Amino acid sequence: MGESIKSLHSRHSELANGYFQLKVLSNNSLSNHHEVNFTEKLRESKLFPLKPTQLEIFQINVGKMCNQVCKHCHVDAGPDRKEIMTKETMLLCLDAIKKSGAHTVDLTGGAPEMNPHFRWFIQEISKLSINKIIVRCNLTIILANKKYHDLPDFFKAHTIEVVSSLPYFTAGRTDAQRGDGVFEKSIKALQMLNEVGYGIKDSGLIINLVYNPSGAFLPPAQHALELDFKTKLKANYNIDFNSLFAITNLPISRFLDYLLESKNYESYMEKLSNAYNPVAAANVMCRNTISIGWDGAIYDCDFNQMLDLKVASSTNHISQFHIEELQNRNIVVNQHCFGCTAGAGSSCGGTIS
Amino acid sequence: MNTYYNPEDLKKFGNIAEFEKNLANKFFNYYGEVFKEGALTAREKSLIALAVAHAVQCPYCIDAYTVDALEKGCDEAQMMEAVHVTAAIRGGASLVHSVQMMNKAKEITM
Ligand code: SF4
Ligand code: SF4
Repeated sequence: MGESIKSLHSRHSELANGYFQLKVLSNNSLSNHHEVNFTEKLRESKLFPLKPTQLEIFQINVGKMCNQVCKHCHVDAGPDRKEIMTKETMLLCLDAIKKSGAHTVDLTGGAPEMNPHFRWFIQEISKLSINKIIVRCNLTIILANKKYHDLPDFFKAHTIEVVSSLPYFTAGRTDAQRGDGVFEKSIKALQMLNEVGYGIKDSGLIINLVYNPSGAFLPPAQHALELDFKTKLKANYNIDFNSLFAITNLPISRFLDYLLESKNYESYMEKLSNAYNPVAAANVMCRNTISIGWDGAIYDCDFNQMLDLKVASSTNHISQFHIEELQNRNIVVNQHCFGCTAGAGSSCGGTIS
Repeated sequence: MNTYYNPEDLKKFGNIAEFEKNLANKFFNYYGEVFKEGALTAREKSLIALAVAHAVQCPYCIDAYTVDALEKGCDEAQMMEAVHVTAAIRGGASLVHSVQMMNKAKEITM
């Protein structure tokens, strides 16, 4: 149960390094009896090299700082992480968003709200011709400090679509993954969001929840689980929300550490590769998304960002953003990508097939 | 290690077709149909399977349906309650037979 954990970074773990993680992923003993290579799978599905489709989502990771230290965090976020996006980089992002043609801006972290320029940034993005702004809010941040208590009103004022993790509708499961007391605070935060209209029918204010497994297993069917969540959260806490996204844990960063420590790594990789679904592979999110790191580097997705796999393009920093060149790139894939293509597939917006 | 039960053998379940293909195919088709979402949800069926696995005390089934129940969105409390249903029915089945014992005892005692 939710014993306090530290970031890999603060533990000086080798796994804090993207290159080391890739070494683990490519050097697995799984290959002894079960050679499965993601690139080969894509080739069989006639998807290699993986190319971008139309760019739709401009995702920005505004920093690794977070008030939580979840066990599975692929960002290795925590209060000790000081890497956050500067206002100068945000200005470059604003310029790039205009050039990108994306209809959605998706802000993530860490806890994006902890970036001191967060509200200013949202105000500036709101002035652009963008259909949707998503903020990945961890819920507890709303209660973490008085200065965040008005976040629901701020989100509402800018019609932000809020996406929040809640691994289960009970405290045990949630706290085991996200830390002691997180469930109770998350429930309180959801009630505060409901109070200003989030998740309430016809309010136009969207709050979507994210489920991800608390362990080395795959997520359930999204629609069935959504029904369970809706029934339980309404009955027990009078909470309303819009949709549930079921997301698979990718074998990187702290989840990779968990897999190795718990000796589940090989069976998990085998499970992921056995569940490879070509339909999901054709719809992986890196095809219509671009991901910007706290320092302005450009990546195919937030996962590649954490592995330090920059886009394979001459323009790999926001200061050189060039949409045509980026659209011509080959997406960088590796063994961790099996997490996106298993079963019904997985993306920041839930299942993809 | 030499044991009657080997976790690796669970993955070989499909190999039973090697000795008798026709019946194995029929069984696996039937099996697949049974576990499809129907009047009962896939999650409910998984919990029933987990409970039955404990009744028949099959280590393969317990292994498989523990994972399956988690992957159908059950949590530990639901899974343990399902096993208590097994225990209650098994215990009850023994105990309810004591009525027979009582009947017989009463029949032949003063
Ligand atoms: S709240 Fe999100 S960013 Fe923060 S530690 Fe948890 S998973 Fe990572
Ligand atoms: S991990 Fe990233 S690059 Fe790999 S398939 Fe998923 S979204 Fe694409």
